[in-house]
Amino acid sequence: MSLREVGIISGIGETAYSRNSGKSVLALQLEAALLAIRDAGLSPRDIDGVLPYGSAVVAEDFITNFGIADLRFSATTPLGGASCVAGIQAALAAIKAGICKHVLLPLGRNGASGTRIAARVQEMPQFHLVGEFEMPIGALAPVQYYAPMARRHMEMYGTTSRQFGEIASSTRGNAILHGNAIMTKPMTIEDHQASRMISDPFRLLDCSLESDGAAAIVVSSADYARDLRSRPVHVMGVAEGHPDSPSAITQRPDLTTLGLAKAAPKAFRMAGVTPADIDVAEIYDCFTYIVLCQLEDAGFCKKGEGGPFVESGAIRLGGKLPVNTHGGLLSQAHMAGMNHVVELVRQLRGEAGATQVADAELGVVTGYGDMGDGAIAVMRRG
Amino acid sequence: MTDKSYNKPVPEPTPDSRPFWDSLASGRLSFQKCGACGVIRHYPRPMCSACHSMATEWVEASGRGKVHSWTVTHHAFNPGFRDELPMVLATVDMEERVRMNAQLRGVDPASLTIGLPVRVDYEQVREGLTLPFMRVDRPG
Repeated sequence: MSLREVGIISGIGETAYSRNSGKSVLALQLEAALLAIRDAGLSPRDIDGVLPYGSAVVAEDFITNFGIADLRFSATTPLGGASCVAGIQAALAAIKAGICKHVLLPLGRNGASGTRIAARVQEMPQFHLVGEFEMPIGALAPVQYYAPMARRHMEMYGTTSRQFGEIASSTRGNAILHGNAIMTKPMTIEDHQASRMISDPFRLLDCSLESDGAAAIVVSSADYARDLRSRPVHVMGVAEGHPDSPSAITQRPDLTTLGLAKAAPKAFRMAGVTPADIDVAEIYDCFTYIVLCQLEDAGFCKKGEGGPFVESGAIRLGGKLPVNTHGGLLSQAHMAGMNHVVELVRQLRGEAGATQVADAELGVVTGYGDMGDGAIAVMRRG
Repeated sequence: MTDKSYNKPVPEPTPDSRPFWDSLASGRLSFQKCGACGVIRHYPRPMCSACHSMATEWVEASGRGKVHSWTVTHHAFNPGFRDELPMVLATVDMEERVRMNAQLRGVDPASLTIGLPVRVDYEQVREGLTLPFMRVDRPG
């Protein structure tokens, strides 16, 4: 029993990304969802499963606006920024069980013009332990919870801020080429080094954006591939993984290992491929270090070697493993990683424009959320 | 300091964590200890993950530990902390083999290193709320 080749990503959609959408979160999500559904060659009424992100917009909203007569499956995957990729696993499980055929995964937010992240986490149940024991002492925002993981990595392995800067700079270059990205000014490693310190070792340019917009995908049963107008993108392997001490990084035995370290071997085994086979990777990038750590935890390099790996130019376009070809959360927009899934599908369809990785056949997308939850999907072009 | 002037987040103790906060209020740091297998745990929670017993005792900690990692925060995410920036938040390996996250005061951030010995101290920040913080534990 496996989810290998059970489904395809049949449709993708994105709104424009901005800092002030002037639209409701529901309107943004409906716009992206409609684009994804039409991209899949479907009508909104064909959707028989929906996996909303969080609680801002619920399955009922899609039933109401799309006029869905018989929605057969809805669920949420509460893994923060790993929710989108974990949602692919949940969608495939529902498809494999015969519950539904076309599952919509919508995501949208007014992350810049609405409530900001430091305020949002205070309301999130998965942050209840840090809420009681860390917020009162002044640890209030994700950047402060994740910084000690990065500092530990630096002290253990000699990882440097300039190596974080290579991730920020490379990602910015991709965003500029991509087009639909909020950050459009070139960034050098020196620019990164000159940006103000937020919570050491994280500078401003180590941090992702807070953005308005929406992105959505449709996951369909594999037998729909033959009816698809666009090139199908098949999910070969998918898994989620939860780190030790998932509600409090402070108490985690190894601060430098994420939930992805548990998920990645499962996903690669299911897919029957290895990290060395991968042509392009969209790696969740709420902070530069989180990319570096995931490159290790996914198996693209050994633990502790993420710094030299990125420094070698491996993650740049034309490198060994181009990463975040759309500009990611750092420079395109913070769509909690749904924009990463959208971009991987574009790459594997050969529709990625100026940042297209030549002959991209196999790719991975990861998610990272809350206190270290992870998810990964391995996909191939059809 | 009156409650009105206190503009930082305050903990909302639960039945599981109340003894931790009550202990701090009396100037002592305490951790949960499993009443069945004796494993010490933190943050407070209802069950021992080693043996699944819900029998819980509380033991006074030595208050001593070593720095495991840290961050130095320069940005004011809450106006209440603005005057304390830059602020060192240390992740500390306590002698009881649990960790604490606490402000580490009176230290030059450039001198921070893994293994730096620290010792807990206490500050009553408002009526009914005492928070722990750390100082470097200098020999002698």
